[in-house]
Amino acid sequence: MNKTVNQKAWFLVLPVLVLVAFSAVIPLMTVVNYSVQDTFGGQFFPLDDKLLWFREMLQDDRMWGALWRQLTFSGIILAIEIPLGIYIALNMPKSGFWASFCLVVMSLPLLIPWNVVGTIWQIFGRVDIGLLGYTLNKLGIDYNYTQDVFAAWVTVIVMDVWHWTSLVALLAYAGLQSIPNAYYQAAKIDQASRWAVFRYIELPKMAGVLMIAILLRFMDSFMIYTEPFVVTGGGPGSATTFLSIDLVKMALGQFDLGPAAAFSIMYFLVILLISWVFYTVMTNLDKRDGV
Amino acid sequence: MAWMAWTLPTAIFFGVIASLLIIFTILAIKYPETPRVGILRIETTRGDRLFITLLGSAFINLIWLGLEVAPQPYALLACLVYAAAVFRWV
Repeated sequence: MNKTVNQKAWFLVLPVLVLVAFSAVIPLMTVVNYSVQDTFGGQFFPLDDKLLWFREMLQDDRMWGALWRQLTFSGIILAIEIPLGIYIALNMPKSGFWASFCLVVMSLPLLIPWNVVGTIWQIFGRVDIGLLGYTLNKLGIDYNYTQDVFAAWVTVIVMDVWHWTSLVALLAYAGLQSIPNAYYQAAKIDQASRWAVFRYIELPKMAGVLMIAILLRFMDSFMIYTEPFVVTGGGPGSATTFLSIDLVKMALGQFDLGPAAAFSIMYFLVILLISWVFYTVMTNLDKRDGV
Repeated sequence: MAWMAWTLPTAIFFGVIASLLIIFTILAIKYPETPRVGILRIETTRGDRLFITLLGSAFINLIWLGLEVAPQPYALLACLVYAAAVFRWV
């Protein structure tokens, strides 16, 4: 089939461009402008050292601390969610009523808004009225996410695993469903072990969707704000203050607009880099699969 | 425009990026892009290489500033070398 090329179609993109200009490009430019000036009471003052805020942020232990916590958090949830998601997908029924049932149940956590998830776990984990917190303490386990760093981390991580493992499982399940039966029959004839079937048939066939799952989960967890904000508020101390929580504290709590602008530009650059990797991987996967 | 708090350096910065985008758009119309596979083993067009250059330059500048390698303007030289490398090999 021959497609006609008409470059005038680009004009149809104009409304979106205008929208994006006002919702993203112009605010971003403003943030860049803020990052090289000092603000006080709605007025702007030029800095002697134009890069002062960038210099300050790059040497700030607080930002690096938030970055390391963020990377640790993303690393831990990926290390749990990806294998767990694969394991669940492998054990889900392949067809029939129970397959549909599992799919519906699995997708439920994905439909709950972030702040509701936060509130659920905030109450669930409370020592005085929460089912989890109260029970654990009655069992003699010292659990209090508002005071104990370890408990706070466990709560935030378990919450994320509860919320997002389904996504990984559903993606892995979709990857598994696309494997033709002939592969399994061939493996059976060769008397391949369960591990060999997984290693040489299922894993390579799932590689594409798993890549998407890893990148999606990494991006989402790297920008996480609402859930830990509702549950721990970044505490105790700053133990669960991830990048975006720290950024909001700096910009809206302390009103340090200059440093916060420098911080958000660096944060944005990292996100942009990851998005580019994500986009490149996706388009190359599509090309490889011939879609 | 006062609320955007423009300064001369940032205006020049965005002006340069905007003109780069316009130049590359004109180039793309005059000399259509042919994708090629470089050392990153991904298909890139001229525009992709411009994006990789700009994003990489941002990180080069941050590293330059963070490690206090030398006065900041010299980072642009490193960026130019990087840009040449990207357009030659990526």
